[in-house]
Amino acid sequence: MAGKTLFEKVWESHVVSKKPEYPEVLYIDRHYIHEVTSPQAFDGLRRRGLPVLRPEQTTATADHNVPTLNQHLPIQEPLSRFQVQKLRENCEEFGVELYDLGHEKQGIVHVIGPDLGLTQPGMTMVCGDSHTSTHGAFGSIAFGIGTSQVEQVLATQCLLQYRPKTMRIEVNGTLAKGVTAKDIILYVISQLSAAGGTGYFVEFAGTAIKSLSMEARMTICNMSIEMGARGGMIAPDETTFEYLKGREFAPKGEAWDQAVAYWKTLPSDPDASYDRVEVFQAEDIEPWITYGTNPGMGMGVSQTIPEVAVNGTAKDMVKALDYMGLDPQQPLKGKKIDYVFIGSCTNSRIEDLRAVADFVQGKKKADGVTVWIVPGSKGVEAQAKEEGLDKVFTEAGFELRQPGCSACLGMNEDKVPAGKYCVSTSNRNFEGRQGPGARTFLVSPLMAAAAAVTGEISDIRELI
Amino acid sequence: MGFKKLTSTAVPLPIENIDTDQIIPARFLKATTREGFGDNLFRDWRYDNADQPKADFVLNDDTYTGEILVAGKNFGCGSSREHAAWAIKDYGFAVVVSSFFADIFKGNSLNNGLLPVQVTDEFLQELFKTIEQDPKAKITVDLEAEQIINEQTGNSEQFEINAYKKMCLIKGYDDIDYILSGKEEIEAFEAKRVTF
Repeated sequence: MAGKTLFEKVWESHVVSKKPEYPEVLYIDRHYIHEVTSPQAFDGLRRRGLPVLRPEQTTATADHNVPTLNQHLPIQEPLSRFQVQKLRENCEEFGVELYDLGHEKQGIVHVIGPDLGLTQPGMTMVCGDSHTSTHGAFGSIAFGIGTSQVEQVLATQCLLQYRPKTMRIEVNGTLAKGVTAKDIILYVISQLSAAGGTGYFVEFAGTAIKSLSMEARMTICNMSIEMGARGGMIAPDETTFEYLKGREFAPKGEAWDQAVAYWKTLPSDPDASYDRVEVFQAEDIEPWITYGTNPGMGMGVSQTIPEVAVNGTAKDMVKALDYMGLDPQQPLKGKKIDYVFIGSCTNSRIEDLRAVADFVQGKKKADGVTVWIVPGSKGVEAQAKEEGLDKVFTEAGFELRQPGCSACLGMNEDKVPAGKYCVSTSNRNFEGRQGPGARTFLVSPLMAAAAAVTGEISDIRELI
Repeated sequence: MGFKKLTSTAVPLPIENIDTDQIIPARFLKATTREGFGDNLFRDWRYDNADQPKADFVLNDDTYTGEILVAGKNFGCGSSREHAAWAIKDYGFAVVVSSFFADIFKGNSLNNGLLPVQVTDEFLQELFKTIEQDPKAKITVDLEAEQIINEQTGNSEQFEINAYKKMCLIKGYDDIDYILSGKEEIEAFEAKRVTF
């Protein structure tokens, strides 16, 4: 019998029932919810007269539209205030644990889940947010769902799903200095395009992936969705166990030993087969940056914008460059920028903040540049303060804000003004994503720090 | 409530990779009901900064009307927001035709009674040409026969729809009712589930 992939093992252990031509009923171990994509789901339950079937398997937090300043005060923006209030009422009524604004465990849903040890290998996990793929870094099947599906999971703890195809993306070799997990994933997306992974569930593997920390692995899996993949995952190993051990909701004592023994059975068998395999070499990757309006429109920082469209039609390319105020064959290095955003579920963890602080230590931000640094959670914020990173940022002229999704999607007040250039560690460079008319360059935290200090797009390798 | 067959004029949007941030920008996701999103469908393409309709955008052009939206390849990519499907449905479209749909969008559409019809690039280009030449040209979408017909040219194509979703659309069924009909199986699964 042929071996099984990590994905197949986790999936097959969660199938409740299946019928020919009908979707499989997949059991969901853990469900995360937030204020934006859950209210209609709770309304649906009320309309149907149904309870939340397993409230202890759902965890809620407020992250998408919360302010990142003065979180102790009532939310100013009326609609945001209303949505957060609704979340409180719904969690209270249906018995769901909520890490509310101001709670020490509050933060971006994809930052707090792993941080608290709620996210574990071998689990199935969903959330009404496409970046749920982040949790796949632990060897779990984690993916984003729509609000109707949030209602489905609340009502049944199950999800109707068709099994996606599997793709193995291998990255082998050693990363050069200044090249990080974010550069790997931006590079891979630009090679496969923003739709190249559609229909697939990806397993990231190879020596370069295996050598990454858990937080770096989360950055990789986080952006699987940006190539259209359903999700991404990485086999659990000693790095995974080491990260999880002792976290609040991780198994303890004997249960821990049993869990580790089980988790060790999860990695793909050597003779497992995939529907598609792509192999990349770490040495081919330089600090990466997007120039267009989808994450597939990216290039090495030393390169120039392509003459012909790479991912998308010629018309899309013209539209994208027109929006960005850029020209074909133009280099980006040296381009003046206005804003720097360091944050989001892609890059707002403590390692990201440490990397930025390490580079910025003793330096100042460039004049005329606004730099927002937004920790992913209250936990990350507290840790940063404990390590004195807050002082480094403040001395450099960065604005250290409070946890939330912030300028990644501009649902709160943190918007980049129209026409302004923002170098951002987030995950999407779509038109208007960071504010109407805002122009986004996606990069790693190190590249963002470099731009903050020089006031222009810079090659981090020349500065370290 | 079921959907079987529709013949309508169509609204063309020949742009590829239309993401859900364009369909419904994030700042409009704050509502807590499913209604009213149609007003902000394609908001930033439809209105200028002063909230005035942009004359050159197709939804502001009376020439093009109908319950079918015909759009470029990889429609609905990006954010998983189901609001995109709600906005399109709420605006009054029953069908979106494209040569490719992003996964999550496709799932969200089918869950909300909005039918995504995937056609070949050739058929899509012909539709764009037909609508450009005659905005009153009709398209028929026959769900039972899984067929789309360009009534102007007479050309047609079969499209694929999953048997389960087709049953749901035709009968007006719902996923939750279907899953809960197997609640005993869920409980049996939970009894033997691996947990630590």
